[in-house]
Amino acid sequence: MTELSYASINKKKKLKRGILVATVIAVGAVIAFTATQKSSDQTVPTKANTLSISGPWEISSLDPSKQGYILTRMQVIETLLNINSKGLITAGLATEWRSSEDGLTWQLSLRKGVTFHDGLPMDADSVVQSLEFAQSKHGTLNKAEVVSIKALNNEQISIELAKPYAAFASLLTNYSNAILSPASYKQDGAVETLFGSGPYQMSSFAPPHQLTVKKFDNYWGQKPSIEFATYLTGHRAESRILQAKSGEADIVFTLEPSMLGQLDGSNEVQLYSHLVPRTMFIKLNAAHPILDDIQVRKALSMGLNRAAIATNVLGSEGSETSQLMPSSMSQWFVEGIETNGYNLEQARDILADLGWQQGDSGMLERDGTPFKLTMITYADRPELTTVATAIQAQWAKLGVELKVDITNSSMIPAGHKDGSLEMALIARNFGFSGDPLPIMSTDFAHGGGDWGTMNWNNAEVDSAITELVGSQDPERSLELSQQVAATIYNEYPVLPISSYSQHTSVNKRVKNFQFDPFERDYFINQMEIK
Amino acid sequence: MIWELLRKRLYQLVLVAWGVGTLTFVLMRSLPGDMAYRIAASRYGQDNVDSAAAELVRQELNLDQGWLSSYVNWLFELLQFNLGNSLVSGLPVSETVLHQLGHSLLLAGFGIALSICIALPLGTWSAKKGGLVNSIMVWFSTCTRAMPVFVLGLILILLFALEWPLFPVAGFGTWQHLVLPSITLAISLAAVSNRVVYGSVRRVLRSPFYQFSRVKGLSERQTFFRHGMRNMAVPIVAFIGIQLVSVIEGIVMIESLFSWPGVGHGLAHAIFARDIPVIQGCALTMGVLFVVLNGIIDLLCYWIDPRGEQEQ
Repeated sequence: MTELSYASINKKKKLKRGILVATVIAVGAVIAFTATQKSSDQTVPTKANTLSISGPWEISSLDPSKQGYILTRMQVIETLLNINSKGLITAGLATEWRSSEDGLTWQLSLRKGVTFHDGLPMDADSVVQSLEFAQSKHGTLNKAEVVSIKALNNEQISIELAKPYAAFASLLTNYSNAILSPASYKQDGAVETLFGSGPYQMSSFAPPHQLTVKKFDNYWGQKPSIEFATYLTGHRAESRILQAKSGEADIVFTLEPSMLGQLDGSNEVQLYSHLVPRTMFIKLNAAHPILDDIQVRKALSMGLNRAAIATNVLGSEGSETSQLMPSSMSQWFVEGIETNGYNLEQARDILADLGWQQGDSGMLERDGTPFKLTMITYADRPELTTVATAIQAQWAKLGVELKVDITNSSMIPAGHKDGSLEMALIARNFGFSGDPLPIMSTDFAHGGGDWGTMNWNNAEVDSAITELVGSQDPERSLELSQQVAATIYNEYPVLPISSYSQHTSVNKRVKNFQFDPFERDYFINQMEIK
Repeated sequence: MIWELLRKRLYQLVLVAWGVGTLTFVLMRSLPGDMAYRIAASRYGQDNVDSAAAELVRQELNLDQGWLSSYVNWLFELLQFNLGNSLVSGLPVSETVLHQLGHSLLLAGFGIALSICIALPLGTWSAKKGGLVNSIMVWFSTCTRAMPVFVLGLILILLFALEWPLFPVAGFGTWQHLVLPSITLAISLAAVSNRVVYGSVRRVLRSPFYQFSRVKGLSERQTFFRHGMRNMAVPIVAFIGIQLVSVIEGIVMIESLFSWPGVGHGLAHAIFARDIPVIQGCALTMGVLFVVLNGIIDLLCYWIDPRGEQEQ
């Protein structure tokens, strides 16, 4: 009896085992089958036909006014005007652009033969619609006072301004003013399905991490040779550099300087470092009881060993600067200014002359008030945090007690607005729209702005900026820009630390890599992969 | 008895949904900083956030409306199963949460399954052998557990993506992308669960009923499979159930290292951005999931060992 029952148990067990083995084989076969099917189908992205790009920025929306910078870089959307590597405005979806004598009317002629990704041709009405929606959202178009945007005929549009705005053409180069097919928008202007006009069209979108684009055969300009390109957000610098090293990502942007050594001697990867028009500087509240004295700000500037920060923290020797704009923005760059300006002894003397004496703790005091400041910075750019602590250590030698507070980037404009901000370490992109004037006029004149000076007033700078905004004379503009740049250097309303280099790794299978210092375009349509 | 259990869980579900939603609402509203600025920073990127953007966000989302009215609005929408739209991306919260939760469940499921495959044999082995084997296992488990999961992931990447390029470093979309994150997760989970398995197996092996079945003449294998397994399973299943829930919400480091679009990472970013609908949606879904998983584990334990319920 028992024997029989054991036999049946054994039978059952064998059956179970058989089913298990069969399931494993079946699953294996399915996986193998799907894998072979994928490789035989040409329209699916594979390693061989896809350029993979990795960067730290998330993409959560397809609306150009939000993260449009990723969409122009991935060549899905295009703007009416472009900027070349020298910072000059060039033709984009518009071939000609000019302003009237009084600077109030801008007329643009549109490129012929442009087709959107949904097959519709670009005409003046679609351009007007895109610009009107852009105007209703957050973007550069609102920097100029636009009164109306009209279609003159099918190939020309005109934009009326309330006041002349010399840098208006540069505003049109910004991603927020990209031209989309009318079918992209919902009634309220929200972007539903993205149909741009670039060499690549949307293939798949998995917010906030991944975006895949596919080549668009009816592109008006240079047609791409790479079938697919994909963008993957790599939050951690560690993962990004490993993606570069393993060859998994063909191009990796914004590599951490301290990690670049890992790619040395690699046969697979070529490393590029390019200067970009971005400056790291300390924003100061010039109405703060300690900081309202130019001499104090000067002493703090002298207490900064910028060269040491550039070499040891940022890993890019020679990038230190004590003026606001990088040399690539030649109109705003003052030649012959000392880049480091470090002089601890003199800084101590200046503060001593102002009555700041060392207290019992070794920190400076005046009339019982300690020299104590709070500097906020944000973690989106990891180098800011390390530089902030380096500054904390450098100023401690001066006797300044600096508290570093790491927070969200939005706390800077918020602290500017409610006046609570004392200091902030920030990285500002002056090439945001090609010409730095829109940023200079809102952030560095008339008492300052969210990402510029704070409570600092200088009548000469104010009038120079006002004149610059309306000026159409290049020589006069140069003179005024130089004057503004020199005054900012001399009065220390902000303390520049260093200019930025963008470190990029490119796999050797990628040919014709080109870098856009204004970070508007990845030029994927010019590249080839082996 | 089962229906009683399910009914209890259902009440719990409703209470948890309301409680979690309300708590996240209150907590988010009490965080410092102006919400409009936070949302603007996430929407437009740190290069393009300014007071004008914040003002635009405030107007668009009507952020100035009082606490009570926005809470009532949320509750009213929830009753209609509408979680609202993300304040940052504008996409429906249900879509965002489902996308993220799907990926989290996939990773958590594979991670747990693998961890069981590691923990069961190792735990059983060290319980059977004891002595040196067990000491080595204790040492090994402690070291693995003490190591941040981030380091473990990096070691695996260095080995299996760089030294031997078998799997991709980061990303998602194919089964290859799932391998390294789920192994990382599995190892770190197995470091603890193999100890639970050890305890449970040891308890059973030493019990009189087990000894008796050996005396009765059954072979070691027969005893183990017929009298051991079921008795060992209850504490192990209960523990793995707890692990599964904590894994779904708590693998932020693995998700961010492997660029895996999971709900833990999504939730962390939503909190930075003060994206309240997404936070509430995530918290709510996870609360519900918690109750559902606990319910399933209860049922499973009941099925494995019906004695407990019968005694009651």
